[in-house]
This record gives sequence, C-alpha cells and structure tokens, in this order.
Amino acid sequence: MKKIEAIIKPFKLDEVKNALTKIGVQGMTVNEVKGFGRQKGHTEVYRGAEYKIDFLPKVRIEMIVTDEMVVKVIETIERAAKTGKIGDGKIFVSPVEEVIRIRTGERGKDAI
Amino acid sequence: MKRVFFPLPMLGLLMANAALAAESAPALPKVDTGDTAWLLISSALVMLMTPGLALFYGGMVRSKNVLGTLMQSFMIIALISVQWVLFGYSLSFGPDRWGIIGDLSWFGLSGVGLAPNPDYAGTVPHQAFMIYQAMFAIITPALLMGAIAERMKFKTFVVFTLLWSTLVYDPIAHWVWGTGGWIRKMGGLDFAGGIVVHISSGVSALVAALLVGKRKGFGTEPMALHSLPMTITGAAILWFGWFGFNAGSAIAAGMLSTSAFVVTHIAGAGGALSWAFGEWIYKGKPTTLGAVSGAVAGLATITPASGFVGPMPALFIGLTAGIFCYMAVMGKNKFGYDDSLDVFGIHAIGGTWGALALGLFASKAINAAGNNGLFFGNPSLIAVQALSVVSAWVYSFVVTFILLKILGWTMGLRVSEEEENSGLDLSQHGETGYSF
Repeated sequence: MKKIEAIIKPFKLDEVKNALTKIGVQGMTVNEVKGFGRQKGHTEVYRGAEYKIDFLPKVRIEMIVTDEMVVKVIETIERAAKTGKIGDGKIFVSPVEEVIRIRTGERGKDAI
Repeated sequence: MKRVFFPLPMLGLLMANAALAAESAPALPKVDTGDTAWLLISSALVMLMTPGLALFYGGMVRSKNVLGTLMQSFMIIALISVQWVLFGYSLSFGPDRWGIIGDLSWFGLSGVGLAPNPDYAGTVPHQAFMIYQAMFAIITPALLMGAIAERMKFKTFVVFTLLWSTLVYDPIAHWVWGTGGWIRKMGGLDFAGGIVVHISSGVSALVAALLVGKRKGFGTEPMALHSLPMTITGAAILWFGWFGFNAGSAIAAGMLSTSAFVVTHIAGAGGALSWAFGEWIYKGKPTTLGAVSGAVAGLATITPASGFVGPMPALFIGLTAGIFCYMAVMGKNKFGYDDSLDVFGIHAIGGTWGALALGLFASKAINAAGNNGLFFGNPSLIAVQALSVVSAWVYSFVVTFILLKILGWTMGLRVSEEEENSGLDLSQHGETGYSF
C-alpha cells in the first residue's frame, strides 16, 4: 500500500477529485496549506509598508492506494492538476505500514 | 410623560421632551426641541464613532491582537464617561481659572442641570451639551491609542488614559471652547475639534510611538493587517458618525448645521479620491485601505473648518488632505518610527492643515459668529490659527512626554516580549478573537 500526497493549485481541486473518483479512488483527505517551490510570491502594500508574501496558498490531497493503483493515480493527478505554468505542484509517494478501518476493524487492503 | 410644546423659531422636528416635565422650574421658553433632538442624535452618532474607530483599528492589527485593540476603545468609553461626569466636564467647560482650565465647581455635574446654559448652548438643556461633549472626550484618547497598538500594557493603558484626558484633553478643550479659555478669547477658531481632538491626539500619538518603542520585529517581520473588511466597516461608521461630530457642533438644527454637514461630506469624498488616485499613480494600484484612509483624512481635516467654510473650499481641503496625509504616512517609513496605525500622519497633519485652512477660507457669510479668513479679506485670522496650532502641538508633546516617562519608570509601558509574541488577546485578556 502506498500513500500518495499531492500539492496542487487550489482551483484544481475539483478537477483532480473528480478525475480520481472516476478511476476508482474511494477516499481522500484534503487540507489548505501554504508553500512555494520555484513559483515567486507577490508583494502587498499597506499604506506604504511592503509585505513580500513568499508562501502561496496550495491544497494538499492525501490518499492511500494499493500498489497496483499507484501508476494510474499518479498519471491522473498529473493530467488533471497540470496548467503548464510554474507552481503546478508536486506528487510524493511513500510506503504505508498499516491501514485500519475504525468502524469494522478491517486491516490492510480491505481497509482502503 | 408630559408633552410640552414651545413656539418654534423656524423649521425643525417636534419631539416630546419628557425631561422638561421633571424640572421644578416652570416651562423654559428657550429650549428648542429641534436643536435638542439634533444634539442628542449627534451625541449618539459621535458615541458610535468610538466603536467604529475600534473596528477601523481592529482590522489593521494582527489577529492575535484584535481583542486587545477593540478592548481599548470600549474601555475608554467607560473610563472617560465616568471621568467626564465626575470632573472632566468641569475642567473643560466649567468656570474659568486664568484662561487655562475650568474649576471643579461642576464636580459630579453639580450645577449642570436641564436648563440651558447660555454661555454654550442657549437652546438645549445643559446636560445635552455636556453629554455631546463627553463623546468627543471619549474618542480623542481612543484615537491616540492607535499609534501604540499591539504592545501596551493594559494596566498602564488605563492609568494613562485617565491622566492624559485630565491633563491634556481637558485643558486644551478649555482653551479652545471653554468660556474664558485663552485661545477662544484670542479669536482662535475650531468648530468641531481639529485642534482639541486631532492635533492633541495626533501629536501625543507620535510621542507615545517614540517612547513606547517599535513593535518587536517591526521592519523585519511581516505584520500585515488581518481584516480589511473590518477596517472598512469601521471607516464607514466613522464617516457616518462624523456628521454628528461636525454638524452637531452647530449645537443647533438649521442653516449652520446643514452647511457643516455638507462640507463634511464633500471633504470626506475629496480625501478618499485624492489618496486613492495618488496611490494609483505613485504605487500602481489604488487600495481599499488607501481609499478609506483618505476619507478619514479628509473628514479629520475639515473638522475644525466645518462650520466656517463653504462647499468648494471644502472640496479643496478634502483633496489636499488626502494628498498631504498620504505623503505624511509614506514619509513616516523614511523616519523609521512605529506609529502603527498612522495617528500622527492622519490626525496631527490633518488637524493642523484644517485649522490653518480655516484661516484662509473662513467666511462670515457662512457663519456670522466666526470670522473671515485670508481669502475673504482678513489676514489676521491665520496668524491666530497658527499660534493656536503651535500651542496645542507644544503642550500635547511636552505633557504627554512627561506623563509617559513617569508611567514608564513606575508601571512600565509595554507588555513583556513573551506577551507580545503570544498577543494581547491572550496575555492581557485571556481570550481568543477567532476560533476556527
């Protein structure tokens, strides 16, 4: 089982979510984050005081998938989240030791 | 509730005046219900300006300090209301001593009843005049606090507010508006508080900013405001309340209050436009903060002149106020002091320019009880205005300096570094403004 974490542009969230549910991803967790990579921030000016805002709003999506799904999920996220402009984001894949469904106690693949 | 009707001079509303029924003296022919209604409404309008100011300031600080900032304004309403009725009103407007202060014979509003006081307002109950003036005494220290936002110890703030009002506001109010006050006797004019409110608070604010010191991280850490919608709401409330502040200062309902109402509005509009456009040209984008700051600058600047100048001079005054105050605020960044909410740049500069502009544009045709300014054939007024302005500057500066020095040595002015980090809301009040 693998955890797939994607940092994407906020307005892409719906598109990515819909694309993922279409290929069979059954659940995901989302939160609003701030971050930067190569994309530059912007400057805000309040009564002459300049504030360089380096951190940009992004959305992080996390999901746990079976090993077989990993390639398809990555492709889907890449396709749906891409704009071609700097700041599109990144996808991280990491191994997962255990998954448990709290309601039933199921473990492993059955819990995904 | 008795309804008592009086013969009315010209226009005006009819309103039942229950208070008169309580007077032991027989019906007083001089209380005008239109004037009284307008003055009481104006008192309520000016009262609303302090919570409006609280929102204006509150939105401009970081969220961890929003309650601390709001609390200061609300506490001032309570503190100064009590100070006022105990002795503030007496010191400001009471029987004169040496031209510089009133005496304490009106302590606890003794002698301040419901019959009109012809020295100040011959057509309204004395207490109506008193309560109207209370609202001015309240908002002035609240203005000052903006300069030292996000770092003042609450205990010291309470003591400072009471002492500053008593030692700075009350004397200056007496000089300019009290019977026997030396500026009033000299012919210095200030219709609604350019000197008494804006210069006193603005100059004292600069002193406070210098003595309390900069916020931790000022200049290096980002400390952007947390809620412009709150600030804009506050500014809108201030504009609305300013009609009571300026037009109410006519202490009567009629031609003069109308004139003051109109010029106030024009100046606010002019200030908003010139600051916003100035920013657009100089920095590339017009900001909402700039537009509302410009409006406040225009309104503050017209304040002393509001009962003496006409609409077109008011437009000029508003437009120039936006520019001058914008320049002052931008210039502040070069000096490096932390007047956090630009009290000096807007109120000291605005009040000063307004009091001097009065010396240029005042016309007896607008207000026969006023004077003519330079452009209406009388060059002496602007000299009197200049002297009044300088006196207010010097007195405010010196007394505030001494006061803060003493409080600094005895009580400490600032919160500790840790308290400043966690924010005033938690450290001073044990509260959080927002829970998400």
